Amino acid sequence: MTAATDRWDRPHWIGFAVVVGLLVAAPLVLPPFWQRFATEILIWGLLAMSSDILIGYTGMVSFGHSAFFGLGMYGAAAALLTVRPPNLWLAIVYGLVGAGLVAAFVAYFATRLRDIYFSITTLVFSQIFYVIIFTWTAVTGGENGLTFRQPHLAVPGLADVTFTPTVLHWFVVAVVALSYLLLRRITRSPFGMVLQSIRENEPRTRAIGYSVERYKIVAVLLSGLFAGLAGVLYAIQNKFAAPDFVFFLVSGEVIIFNVMGGIGTLVGPVVGAAFFLLLREGLSRYFEYYLIPVGIIFILMVIFLPQGFLGFLRRRLNQ
Amino acid sequence: MLTLSDVHAYYGKSHILHGVSLEVGPGEVVGLLGRNGVGKSTTLKSVMGLARPERGRVTFDGRDITGLQPHHLARLGIAWVPEDRRIFRLLTVLENLRTGLDRSGVDDARRTRLLDKVYAAFPVLRERRNQAGGTLSGGEQQMLAIARAMMLEPKIILLDEPTEGLMPRMVSQIRDIIGMLHQEGVAILLVEQNVPLTLAVSGRVYIMEKGVVRHHAPAADLRANPAVIHQYLGV
Amino acid sequence: MGFEPILVQTVNGLVNGMILALVASGLTLIFGIMDVVNFAHGDLVMLGGFVGASTMAVTGNFWVALLVAALVIAVFGAALQVSTLRPLLGRDPLTTILATFGVSLVLQKYALWQWGPSARNLQEPITGRFDLFYLQYPWYRVATAVLAGAIIGALWLFLKRGTFGIWIRATTQDRIMASAMGIPVPWVHTTVFAIGAAMAAASGVLFGPLGGVTQTMGSDFTLRAFIVVVVGGMGNLGGSILAAIFISLLEAYASLFVSPAQAVIVSFVALILTLLFRPTGLFVPTPK
Repeated sequence: MTAATDRWDRPHWIGFAVVVGLLVAAPLVLPPFWQRFATEILIWGLLAMSSDILIGYTGMVSFGHSAFFGLGMYGAAAALLTVRPPNLWLAIVYGLVGAGLVAAFVAYFATRLRDIYFSITTLVFSQIFYVIIFTWTAVTGGENGLTFRQPHLAVPGLADVTFTPTVLHWFVVAVVALSYLLLRRITRSPFGMVLQSIRENEPRTRAIGYSVERYKIVAVLLSGLFAGLAGVLYAIQNKFAAPDFVFFLVSGEVIIFNVMGGIGTLVGPVVGAAFFLLLREGLSRYFEYYLIPVGIIFILMVIFLPQGFLGFLRRRLNQ
Repeated sequence: MLTLSDVHAYYGKSHILHGVSLEVGPGEVVGLLGRNGVGKSTTLKSVMGLARPERGRVTFDGRDITGLQPHHLARLGIAWVPEDRRIFRLLTVLENLRTGLDRSGVDDARRTRLLDKVYAAFPVLRERRNQAGGTLSGGEQQMLAIARAMMLEPKIILLDEPTEGLMPRMVSQIRDIIGMLHQEGVAILLVEQNVPLTLAVSGRVYIMEKGVVRHHAPAADLRANPAVIHQYLGV
Repeated sequence: MGFEPILVQTVNGLVNGMILALVASGLTLIFGIMDVVNFAHGDLVMLGGFVGASTMAVTGNFWVALLVAALVIAVFGAALQVSTLRPLLGRDPLTTILATFGVSLVLQKYALWQWGPSARNLQEPITGRFDLFYLQYPWYRVATAVLAGAIIGALWLFLKRGTFGIWIRATTQDRIMASAMGIPVPWVHTTVFAIGAAMAAASGVLFGPLGGVTQTMGSDFTLRAFIVVVVGGMGNLGGSILAAIFISLLEAYASLFVSPAQAVIVSFVALILTLLFRPTGLFVPTPK
């Protein structure tokens, strides 16, 4: 199998350049609140992308992303609280290691369980970590979480810059853009093709001779690491870590981003995240329980538009 | 009474039937022969709404029933005895029968009559009436599958390979049952691999090949001229 | 530690187990017959509790509230199944998980909107305690277990006898053949979902005097019910009941040593061990 190319490549790169350009320009034109908001959308977008690897490409619905995200967050917190001066790169490493360990754990179960059993188990894992973090107050700060100082954007020998909101934003744009490029490369590689083949017809993929277990393990690890990275970014942006983010409902929201944006498209989930967060921002001023209509729209989309916005657009434009 | 007109049917993405047309008149016993995999079972399933008919029509008693859900068809008088019998293994013999017997519009007297009739035709079922369906032997399960269909008091029974895997003694029992049903005016569309049996009980026979009907003749003609059978079935 | 706390926790475990069994039976029944994992099942428990609380505020009668809640949620469940789940029949299981998750979200926020964030308490219909070793044990708790058991028993009888019970069991075993026998399968599905919803609602009302009714109790019940259903064997009614009691007893004993919030980890561990070693269910006679 060769890497996939299609007539959308050129427009895609043009679009990508435009979007990145806009994002880089954002802090220079937007008021502070919206600038922060843009940064947050990017972080959740990264989380949604990581989730798409599992849901969209491999066909495994995981409620465990809150665990990966949470451990990335707490891992970063650990680094930033225990090592002086707070080191950005160490925070990233700690966060990725934390998320990676959880991902390895989940990966083990991914290979032995299918469908709903897998989903329920990932949900249970999220809850296990939630309970541990919530009750182990001495280490994790329990209900109140942990607060810490932001590190500097420091590259030894090159620069040492404080993270102003603008610098942070650019850093996040860089990280998320790079992650996107990396994930895109991976999903379009032969490896990515096999993942999709697993989603479409697992027994047949196995019959052809692929070690489905190994692919699933790698998919979970990949997904977990990028989710953890999102957690690290969130910790750095907000300077706190809280158990709320480990609650499985966060995973649920991520899944909503995925479905609304379009699973299996990588870009779709980011769009879904942006759409959802903007909707929340807009609607919550008028109607506190905005999640009721949003939830209903979600259900309708699952039934009638399972491809999500992007999938729908893609089909329309391909015709 | 039952007519298939140019039915194209799919099983998932496989195009199995490429335009099947046949008909069964009231009270007729019609045979459907063909090698393995030509689409005989799929033809029955397309009547039952279980194999998506993409093109073509199925009519029953003048009414278009193409693609209707199975439970409507049972109400209209079409009963199905599938290839693998599909006995409800965890239900007792009596409960299996009741899935067809417990219908609206059937009073207690009629129910008792139906049950007695079926027990008379299949004494072994009366014996085992409180046993779980899964504990019956292959032949007994076939009896049960047919008896269960009879509970619907159907106008036509779609019989899919009833003698598959049965001992000769049971095969002749099946033959007697087909005869009995025919006597009562129940039409039968019989899919079979057993050619002699089919030719013996049927009035007319269709022969299928690769998803279409290739030959159609009265059974008497085919009995007199076995070369045709050899040609299509290599038997 | 003395002998008595263990016995008290055994009784507590049994009581909680019976309520959980009531919730789980509905869930496993629904899964067995239509392969649907109802993520919103716990939220039906929650809604039932709230409807019961509101009814009781109006009528003052617990038993009327129980009945009304069960009926209202049964009708709601039927409507839900017809509108949301029927179109999804035959699609891959991923979509029903997502759809019912969406329903769960909507129900939780709806409850928050209609009943507010604070917990509702229901008055016990049976007050008074009796001497259980060193403490005074409430009669109501025992009554709850008995009532839950009675409802489950009634369900069992319903399934074993009568035409509808045969229809349900036939549809569970072989949906297509059941349909071919004239059984109105879509209608059977809707009715079973309604029954499951009614049982969930009843659990919510029964649980009301014990723990109060809150929005978040839905997720809690859903999670526990899932664990019970998996440990008991999906689609296996008897297994769910045993598993519910087993898990509740484990949690009850665990809370002698750790806080209740941490005691739930015991059930998580039970789930994981079951999935690893006996994935078809601990209480299933032979692994298939």
